[in-house]
Amino acid sequence: MTPLLSVLDLRVGFGRNPQANEVVRGVSFDVADGETLAIVGESGSGKSVTALSINRLVDFGGGRITGGSMKLKRADGTIFELATATEPQLTGIRGAEIGMIFQEPMTSLNPVLTIGTQIEESFRLHRGLTGRQATAAARDALDRVRIPDAARRLKYTPNQLSGGMLQRVMIAIALACNPRLLIADEPTTALDVTVQAQIMALLAELKRESGMSMIFITHDIGLVAGIADKVMVMQNGEAVEHGELNQILDSPQHPYTQHLLQDVPHFASGRATRADGLRDKGANTQPALKVDGLVVRFPLKSSFFSRATGAVHAVDGVDFDLMQGETLAIVGESGSGKSTTAKAVLGLVRSTRGNFSVASRMASAERSAKPVQMVFQNPYASLNPRLTIESILAEPVIATGGRVDAQTRARMASLLERVGLPKNSLERYPHEFSGGQRQRLCIARALMLNPSVVVLDEAVSALDVSVQAKVLELLVDLQREFGLAYLFISHDMAVVERIAHRIAVIYAGQIVEIGDAQSVLSKPRHSYTKKLISAVPAIDRRHEHFEIDTRQVPSLVRPQGYEPAPAKWEKFGADHKVRMET
Amino acid sequence: MDYLLRRLATFPLVLLGVSILVFVAIRMVPGDSITAMLGTEAGLLTPAQRDSLAAYFGIDQPWFIQYWRWVGGILHGNFGISVTYGRPVLDVILERFPLTLELALLSMVIALAVGMPAGIYAATHNEKPSDLGVRIVAMIGQSTPSFVLGLLIIYTLSAGFGVLPAMGEFAPLWQDPLRNLSQLILPAITLGFAFAASVTRIARSAMLDVLSDDYVRTARSKGASARSVIWRHALPNALIPVVTLSGIEFGYLLGGAVIVEQIYALPGLGRMVLDAILQRDYALVQGSVLFIAFNFMIVNLLVDLAYVALDPRIRLGEQ
Repeated sequence: MTPLLSVLDLRVGFGRNPQANEVVRGVSFDVADGETLAIVGESGSGKSVTALSINRLVDFGGGRITGGSMKLKRADGTIFELATATEPQLTGIRGAEIGMIFQEPMTSLNPVLTIGTQIEESFRLHRGLTGRQATAAARDALDRVRIPDAARRLKYTPNQLSGGMLQRVMIAIALACNPRLLIADEPTTALDVTVQAQIMALLAELKRESGMSMIFITHDIGLVAGIADKVMVMQNGEAVEHGELNQILDSPQHPYTQHLLQDVPHFASGRATRADGLRDKGANTQPALKVDGLVVRFPLKSSFFSRATGAVHAVDGVDFDLMQGETLAIVGESGSGKSTTAKAVLGLVRSTRGNFSVASRMASAERSAKPVQMVFQNPYASLNPRLTIESILAEPVIATGGRVDAQTRARMASLLERVGLPKNSLERYPHEFSGGQRQRLCIARALMLNPSVVVLDEAVSALDVSVQAKVLELLVDLQREFGLAYLFISHDMAVVERIAHRIAVIYAGQIVEIGDAQSVLSKPRHSYTKKLISAVPAIDRRHEHFEIDTRQVPSLVRPQGYEPAPAKWEKFGADHKVRMET
Repeated sequence: MDYLLRRLATFPLVLLGVSILVFVAIRMVPGDSITAMLGTEAGLLTPAQRDSLAAYFGIDQPWFIQYWRWVGGILHGNFGISVTYGRPVLDVILERFPLTLELALLSMVIALAVGMPAGIYAATHNEKPSDLGVRIVAMIGQSTPSFVLGLLIIYTLSAGFGVLPAMGEFAPLWQDPLRNLSQLILPAITLGFAFAASVTRIARSAMLDVLSDDYVRTARSKGASARSVIWRHALPNALIPVVTLSGIEFGYLLGGAVIVEQIYALPGLGRMVLDAILQRDYALVQGSVLFIAFNFMIVNLLVDLAYVALDPRIRLGEQ
């Protein structure tokens, strides 16, 4: 039987001389009716370019198909060559026979049009529906992606919906005209893990209902396990391995696939936690950081002159302590208050109430140091592009009133070496470094003042998976060497498992569960922790299916003067306590 | 609506500030109404004559009393009497304003009618020769002073075609629309050319930005045609910078266009204000500056309201 899509020796190049700048170099694959092919790779592997080439959207990004063929079996059984098709021919294919969803639901919908208009457009273009018919069809499309209250939501503009909802709208648009092929380009990467689980469940269910084929692009080989029939692994524009799902996951042949499966952090339900925890040994009882009843509220006012009518309770009574040489991970989803907690500790946000005490190891040292330093999420945005690395590393010293002397320079050189960067880096500028190297620079900058506590706010989230693993290793080494205390903010359970000694799960501004990493990850007690952990994709839990859950995160807006009820804790074991659910 | 009322409530405050500024500024200029009127002969006045003239002009009092009288008059709808025209200031301004408003509107219509399509065309033909052509013309348009362009137009018409622009007594629109248009079309083109060039440039860069946005890619993935992508998806998102620019330019034009009015001999606000300053016609300068400031605020308000209509993400009056 002819496959739905047959790609043979596809080559795609960019720029004025596309033959010389090929980013996809001879990729071949077939997608049969009803089959899901996952294309896995890191940034720059050519996986997204391959996907965009199929419906020829790559043309608008400056790409040119330089060779090969892409044969699509159309609904009437005829074979259509996509590689040489003209733009007018393609507009009849896009949306009608090939649907596509993208990574960023927040930016992928037109901000000035209602979602109803945007869904109706597909029906208008390919089905010729107008007016009331189109509206009815759009409502059905929203119902299909399980958006409650569809008729009312049609009149919303994208800014009124959450990321997960918007991705459902995107799916509704892509599937409006029942395409037989859906291309999903990292559709859940920008979403929270529980939302990701819901979108994945929805895609699986829609696929079952409609019998469509799917090409699923991702960097997360763990995510592939639940949805793909076949897997193609790409590296540097070439397919290095291609085969059945089980074969690839269980007996990978190519070294790169083996690396992706073994060296990259995958969630292992608490089996991969660190064994060098300090608490149980009772070695050090002096906390490096102690946070007591932290509350951060942002008052809500309807205008500049009026009184506050309520407040956003971003952080609502958070307590924890952090020992020297220990990592406390704060995990939670967007809007849970985890980053606000970090910013409050750093003094970047003013706390409404609560105390911190930071024990400075540097009390007797020659330099007055800030004992808390930080590393942020985006290494591309957190280094000033106009400063040399030397100036960037000197910045914390100057900011604390120090002088750039021989000693400072010696420290720069030794730290650069320690984080694995070449010696000549000092005269260079940030743009000369890769993402992973930049994050190493950020780490070196944080260590310039010899801090006792480092706040790492999603410090590896923006990095490619294999770079992630190396940066995590570096962080663990540095922690051992300098006895650093890490406050590690993350949404990624697999990463947290590798670095945390203790984990605090934060939900709606409050810690709901805190304790020893192994205990929390392997035996979660709070319903939210359970939900969070069960949503993490894992290779050993492939073929597990999730219930679709459309509950929204509770609002953090409270009336003026509202105080939460004091927490009641239930203890499980030596270092594991859970907030009792009401 | 609530927002509109609060916004209007700030108008008096701004006007108060403007009134103080203009009142002080015009008095910091050396010379006064008497010298301006009589020239060197002012030196021949006896002190008594000078005092009585000063009392006639109301400039014998300390400045704060003068200011108080002026503001008090405004609150009663009396902007004072222009010494050069010998008539109420408001009458003089309102007589000139229709021409200025009409000229500003015409220039803006020309600018948008030419600039928008040119900008969109250039953006959709990015880096092609036609884009380069549009950009060069726009650059020339922006950098040609209006007096050069105005004179060039007059010269070309008269020397090349033997046609002279319609001069003579200005005919208001409601009296003789045809003659009115024939008088205003060339000045409007002169002003609109540079305006159109700015619109072209801003429309082009806004469209280029928007065309690389994710939702444009989404529209294409739905199978939308190139035309629908441009007009339905991209253009509404590219309008905000164009509206901002047009609002500012239009606001300036409402203050009169001194040079173009001079070249085409038009009795607009710009020349009137200039003459008033030269004549130390304090009441007229103060009144017209307040009037221009008020117009500017109205235009700004309209621009902000246009934002809301264009982009549902913008909510006025929220923090």
